[in-house]
Amino acid sequence: MNLEITLTEEGNQSIIALAGEIDAYTVTNLKETFDSVTKKEGQEVIVDLEHVTYMDSTGLGVFIGALKSTKESDSELKLVNIQDRVYRLFQITGLDEIMDVKAAIRGGNE
Amino acid sequence: MENFFKEKTDEYKNLLAEYLEQQDEKALYGVELVSKALIKHNILPEEIINIHIKALKELDPNLFGAFEHSLEFLLEAMISYGLAHQEIQTLREQQIALKSEISVAAQMQKTLLKTKKPDVPGLDIGVISVPANQMNGDYYSFLQNADGTIGIAMADVIGKGVPAALCMSMIKYTLDSLPKESLPPPAVLHNLNRVVERNIESNMFITMMYAEYNPETSKLVYSFAGHEPGYFYRAAEDQFTEFSTSGLVLGVSEEVEFEQAEIEIDEGDMVVLLTDGVTECRDGDRFIEIDEVLDVIRQFTHLSAQEMVQEVYRYFERLQDFQLQDDFSLLILRKTV
Repeated sequence: MNLEITLTEEGNQSIIALAGEIDAYTVTNLKETFDSVTKKEGQEVIVDLEHVTYMDSTGLGVFIGALKSTKESDSELKLVNIQDRVYRLFQITGLDEIMDVKAAIRGGNE
Repeated sequence: MENFFKEKTDEYKNLLAEYLEQQDEKALYGVELVSKALIKHNILPEEIINIHIKALKELDPNLFGAFEHSLEFLLEAMISYGLAHQEIQTLREQQIALKSEISVAAQMQKTLLKTKKPDVPGLDIGVISVPANQMNGDYYSFLQNADGTIGIAMADVIGKGVPAALCMSMIKYTLDSLPKESLPPPAVLHNLNRVVERNIESNMFITMMYAEYNPETSKLVYSFAGHEPGYFYRAAEDQFTEFSTSGLVLGVSEEVEFEQAEIEIDEGDMVVLLTDGVTECRDGDRFIEIDEVLDVIRQFTHLSAQEMVQEVYRYFERLQDFQLQDDFSLLILRKTV
């Protein structure tokens, strides 16, 4: 399974849309993408996880790395549209308490 | 070596002569053996073509023109194959060396992390930990405290294999260096977090749970740091309930407070602790859900705790498309009296 990464940059905002599975095999590219945006000063980095069906702990680690990196560069990291299975991981690990994470809205896209 | 080469060159020529005359299978089989022997001695493919050209010239001195040149041409074309072959040879040797190095490390790890199940009357403990690769990123340990309580630690380092295993020894050493008197579980996690946070790469972390069981009061006090929830089996109700406390994984932030909670265990009750390798097992494309794990445990409640954890693992191992995605650890604690 692959991970598709689409990066859109506009002014101070970077939107990273992901689709597929995030695991030890796909995580390298994601880490590179994060590195390219989270190190810039004053950025708002939004990661859209609507089409991410699976994530393992290695994937979670990359998000923690991105969080630390945005903090250092006075930027913000926001995770949106997280599916149930993946959201559970953020809850168990307590990361939902220190990260800006929003679950996917069920039954519509409003 | 000289002799060997000469011998094989002659043999090749004879076989070729035989084949040119009769086109028989025997000669073909013979040349197969010759080529295997040459491979064994690292003779490269272009050298074999060279042997062929020489043999052919000796057998038929009238060989001339385009055909001879074409063989020289083929010889040149084979040189890259020869180089690739040599490279594979080297890689193979390196791989063998690496493998044995890792298995030595895995053996060391086993010795290092050896922990003794505490012998507590009325308490039956079973535990299994299976690495997905050679080295294990899961960790469990039992501590026998001076006041008669028992410490139970379970941790899972992100990822697997060598990096995870290295990271885990940090947990082991920190736990070992804690004072002999028992500390409340949140204090244990707090100490570990401080060490881990300072010594870990920014995208690594450890999930952990620490519990303390007091045989006198039959109470289990526990604290979780982002670890998979445990399950408590109440025998009187024949039911599992999830238990955990909220708390961040180790290694992310120094300013974390951990919570504490407790349960009282009655006769026949069980405490099930696990790592996400258990809930992330896959049977083909299907994930194994926790309910299935608990159902399987329930099937084996008539066995001892150690037999139970082994049977549970065996059950999943037997599934047709079972693959172990991550290190798998399962610990069961049952009060028997």
